[in-house]
Amino acid sequence: MQRSRLANSYKFLHFDRFVFPMKLTFENRIALVTGAGRGIGRAIAEHLAAEGAMVICVSKNADSCGAVADAINQSGGKAQALAVDVADKVAVAAACEALLTEHTCIDILVNNAGITKDNLLIRMSEEDWDLVLTTNLSSVFYWTKGLIRPMTKKRFGRIINISSVVGLIGNAGQANYAAAKAGLLGYTKTLAREFASRAITANVVAPGFTATDMTAGLSPEVMEMAKKTIPLGRMGEAADIARIVTYLASEESGYITGQVFSVDGGMVM
Amino acid sequence: MSDLSIEERVKRIIVNQLNVNEEQVVPTAHFLNDLGADSLDTVELVMAFEEEFKAELQGKEIPETDAEKLMTVGDINAYITSKM
Ligand SMILES: NC(=O)c1ccc[n+]([C@@H]2O[C@H](COP(=O)([O-])OP(=O)(O)OC[C@H]3O[C@@H](n4cnc5c(N)ncnc54)[C@H](O)[C@@H]3O)[C@@H](O)[C@H]2O)c1
Repeated sequence: MQRSRLANSYKFLHFDRFVFPMKLTFENRIALVTGAGRGIGRAIAEHLAAEGAMVICVSKNADSCGAVADAINQSGGKAQALAVDVADKVAVAAACEALLTEHTCIDILVNNAGITKDNLLIRMSEEDWDLVLTTNLSSVFYWTKGLIRPMTKKRFGRIINISSVVGLIGNAGQANYAAAKAGLLGYTKTLAREFASRAITANVVAPGFTATDMTAGLSPEVMEMAKKTIPLGRMGEAADIARIVTYLASEESGYITGQVFSVDGGMVM
Repeated sequence: MSDLSIEERVKRIIVNQLNVNEEQVVPTAHFLNDLGADSLDTVELVMAFEEEFKAELQGKEIPETDAEKLMTVGDINAYITSKM
């Protein structure tokens, strides 16, 4: 009934087959988004929830993920907050175990949490190197290890790792960050190959300059410089990233795996 | 929980997980070489055994170092029996 009415209203498109508007499928899907307390992660959590997924919002700070989960629940979506430091492997393993006792399978994993500790290599401390590598790269390994088994059993899974334009082309002052973000590419492509036989897909989204707290601290001069390198001439918005992540998390993206999607206004071509 | 023997329960799981015939599941059958399993299948098999034999294994997981050595049907039968 519903379908045929929809189809009727789209008949004017004159396709030889009915074409339905894209309504993504997230029925009974549970997603976990790290770094969901603000910025890009928050937008991803909200978009997934708006499409019908139940979203577990992870951040280091209980207040921030709590506020995001509350906002989603109040607007009619389904969300839970979970405060975990993604760089703490023991805490992540414990969190995964508890989650899998409660939910049996987390279907969608979005590794978005990330930090920067910028400095020229000459001045970069070993602590800052380790912290960025652990938070931005090792954490992704911890979460995947903790959540992948039920996905293999279910023959369904979506893993989306958030890299950066910097992981593709490098950036002076960000050796640690670039190494971690580039590491995600090889890691994700390997996952894609290892788990393809179980219909689990793994992809990378690489944002360019995106307006969030992470970039809010940049000086106006740096911002102007940055804009000159962006063919589309403006910064991206968190929703620009969230939309493609949502598509990659949906049932409908099942034939896409091992890919890197730049969402950067054309910075890298 | 069931009246089936360890061997029969092991066989049932392997038949389900690997889509093979019961007749193929003999003690000497090697998961990779004889039963067409890939390396992920062996991981999933171990998970299925952990679930089926929760009581016998006292709810513990089969450690990775043990799991690596469980390559034939007979290996599994012996392993579960040794834990009881
Ligand atoms: N903003 C950009 O221009 C840009 C560009 C490229 C890539 N990215 C990447 O996108 C992702 C999100 O960036 P954003 O701009 O929204 O950042 P943000 O700083 O606004 O938010 C990061 C989120 O991650 C969480 N987080 C950080 N460390 C954590 C930890 N150890 N444990 C748990 N949670 C932790 C924070 O609580 C916060 O909610 C990051 O991986 C970032 O590297 C951002």
